[in-house]
Amino acid sequence: MDLDFNQEDLDFRNEVKDFIKEFYTQEMKDELARSKNGSASKDLHLKWQKSLYEKGWIAPNWPEEHGGPGFTTTQKYIFETEMAHAGAPRTIPFGLSMVAPVLMEFGTEEQKKKFLPDILSSKVWWCQGYSEPGSGSDLASLQCKAEDKGDHYLVNGTKIWTTLAQHADMIFCLVRTSKTEKPQEGISFLLIDMKSPGIDIRPLITLDQSPAPYQEVNQVFFEDVKVPKENLVGEENKGWTYAKYLLEFERGNSYSPSLYRGIKKLKDIAKDTSIGNDKYLINDIDFVSKLNQCEIEVQALEFVELRIFSALSAGQRVGPESSILKCRGTELQQKIQELSVEAIGYWSSPFVLDTFANINEPSIGPDYAMTITPSYLNGRKTTIYAGSNEIQRNIISKAVLGL
Amino acid sequence: MDFSFSEEQTLLRNTIQSFVQDNYDFDRRREIIQSDEGMSKDNWKQLAELGLLGVPFSENDGGLEFGSVETMIVAEEFGKGLVVEPYIQTVVTCGGFLRRASEAQRQEHLPGLISGDEIWAFAYAEPQGRFNLADIKVSAAKNGDEYTLNGDKCVVSAAPWAHKLIVSARTSGDQSDKNGISLFIVDKSSDGISTRDYKTVDGSMASEVSFENVKLNSSSLIGEEGNAYPLIELVADETIAALCAEAIGAMSVLNETTVEYCKTRKQFGQPIGKFQVLQHRMVDMFMQYEQSVSMTYMVNLKLEEEDLERSKAASGAKVQICNAAKFIGQSAVQLHGGMGMTDELNVGHYFKRLSMIETQLGNADHHLKKYSLAS
Repeated sequence: MDLDFNQEDLDFRNEVKDFIKEFYTQEMKDELARSKNGSASKDLHLKWQKSLYEKGWIAPNWPEEHGGPGFTTTQKYIFETEMAHAGAPRTIPFGLSMVAPVLMEFGTEEQKKKFLPDILSSKVWWCQGYSEPGSGSDLASLQCKAEDKGDHYLVNGTKIWTTLAQHADMIFCLVRTSKTEKPQEGISFLLIDMKSPGIDIRPLITLDQSPAPYQEVNQVFFEDVKVPKENLVGEENKGWTYAKYLLEFERGNSYSPSLYRGIKKLKDIAKDTSIGNDKYLINDIDFVSKLNQCEIEVQALEFVELRIFSALSAGQRVGPESSILKCRGTELQQKIQELSVEAIGYWSSPFVLDTFANINEPSIGPDYAMTITPSYLNGRKTTIYAGSNEIQRNIISKAVLGL
Repeated sequence: MDFSFSEEQTLLRNTIQSFVQDNYDFDRRREIIQSDEGMSKDNWKQLAELGLLGVPFSENDGGLEFGSVETMIVAEEFGKGLVVEPYIQTVVTCGGFLRRASEAQRQEHLPGLISGDEIWAFAYAEPQGRFNLADIKVSAAKNGDEYTLNGDKCVVSAAPWAHKLIVSARTSGDQSDKNGISLFIVDKSSDGISTRDYKTVDGSMASEVSFENVKLNSSSLIGEEGNAYPLIELVADETIAALCAEAIGAMSVLNETTVEYCKTRKQFGQPIGKFQVLQHRMVDMFMQYEQSVSMTYMVNLKLEEEDLERSKAASGAKVQICNAAKFIGQSAVQLHGGMGMTDELNVGHYFKRLSMIETQLGNADHHLKKYSLAS
């Protein structure tokens, strides 16, 4: 057991730093710094993902046979830490880290050949069709149905909270293919072309009020949408198994690198916030204690992550422990956002309409303040999405503690 | 000891409830806050006609001569409706200064305020001072019978709608001295005033206000030169008491809405309110609310106490309200799930207002420190 980097690791770290310096341009930094919900424009994401792809680093978690970089655990840690430290854009996860692992594990050879390369190159943008208005925490009760019509399925129903569906070329959907006593047993996992006739996307405006077309989530409606049979993943009615497999990837990320970044930003704000008498918020022991409490909890999470991820090889799933990461990661993110709002004091109040906060207007108060309140409001979603944290605790109590 | 409301007070509450019911359903409020004006002048006129803009003023000044309990009732009911019209800013805060102003000033300014013709805003915050009301750089230099005002005030709530401002300015002393602070009545249309107006997260409006060689007659000075700080503290505490009342109004709606939602929203074949983990969360929300109501009564009943006692009461109440506002707001969103994240449900709007109340006139940390120093 040790925490040291060898010379190769240090060289790798420099390589990552150089890459970021070259490809994470000032223009990108400016756009992202002004985003109210952490996403940038589609162009920015595609440009960034293209540079990662060309370098071979777009999918750190993929096995090498499918185009993963073959990072060691230490390299993955270094990679994520450096990316987060620089505030680099996240890669859009729906293709790369959600549907791809499912295809690798359960897809046919044709499906792998057809879909994986385009996910890797970001040629095809995916979105996730899981929740429905009546099926949130109780996902297995979903109603969106796919009827067998011989050579195709006919899909009718709706999906909600579909993140960035307005940019997506494909959606992976959980659909009901049969009515069974146990709702989990009649679900299938279907890949649907977003350009199919009968699909309608309606934006849902969230608390941060990012207006369309920059909305974060949508409701997607399916009316007699024809889906070719070859777009079924795995076996019919076995979709619940694949869905759960995917969720462990959705939840089982490392959160700590970006949390450290949040704490760093918060410290910078505290250094810049005057509290009178030539003192700054960073001199206020009450505030700093709260900040440091957060930092300690982030470190505790970081080492949980390191212990979990170092035991896995590429492409392996975390298991139900992913729920620990999801709970602690999202709750700490919210705590940091809460303290950030507290830090900026009265500057938390001005409202900024544009998603990319007032690019053409000077900010009201310090420029970093503009995105703080919208991010705080937006961040409330994190303990709701991907299975609410109440559900995560149920999973831990059942699957880990055996209660 | 008696915590019941008089018949007159209940009547007052009913009046406001029907005003809110008639004028403030969710869609109507949305129209108002999304309009360029950002508030409803019609509503303001109606409040004047109901006599509500005169609640705290003496009968001699044309008011209803009510006390803090009546103001609390008004603010609480407005909180339930998320009313954006600047009642607290104009009537409680600026009215609080004006009712202690000279006879001549009261005669000059109160009729316009009570009739609804003039909206008022208090310009006190400065970027460097955080929540310290004594940290003031805006200066008022005396020259004969005249003062010249220079400097910037930030996030002045209701200023875009205001005709008149009350401005705290330094007439002597160092930047954060409690001595040397004076209050001035300033016509917003005076030469040398520039503003940048904007909407706020909770659907209200505010301005950045700059003063550049604004000339003021000495008759615009409230009270004695350099001795305004105790009055500022007093009126700030009265405003905090009203904000607490507004907050408990908003909390009560959030709690009711959340309980109702959890009774009707079904998952896993039963209402989600049947799950114990959610029940306990709602019970905690309810207990936080009850404690907040109690602390709001407490501070409103202690506004007449001597300075230290009153200030402790205000800080104590604000700490409770800030913590409860955060817990209840966040929990209401969480329990509504994805729907709680949408702009189309009222939950988020109450959450935002409560979040802004947390910061107004000092957050929990600030008031906990103030309370500790006073103990």
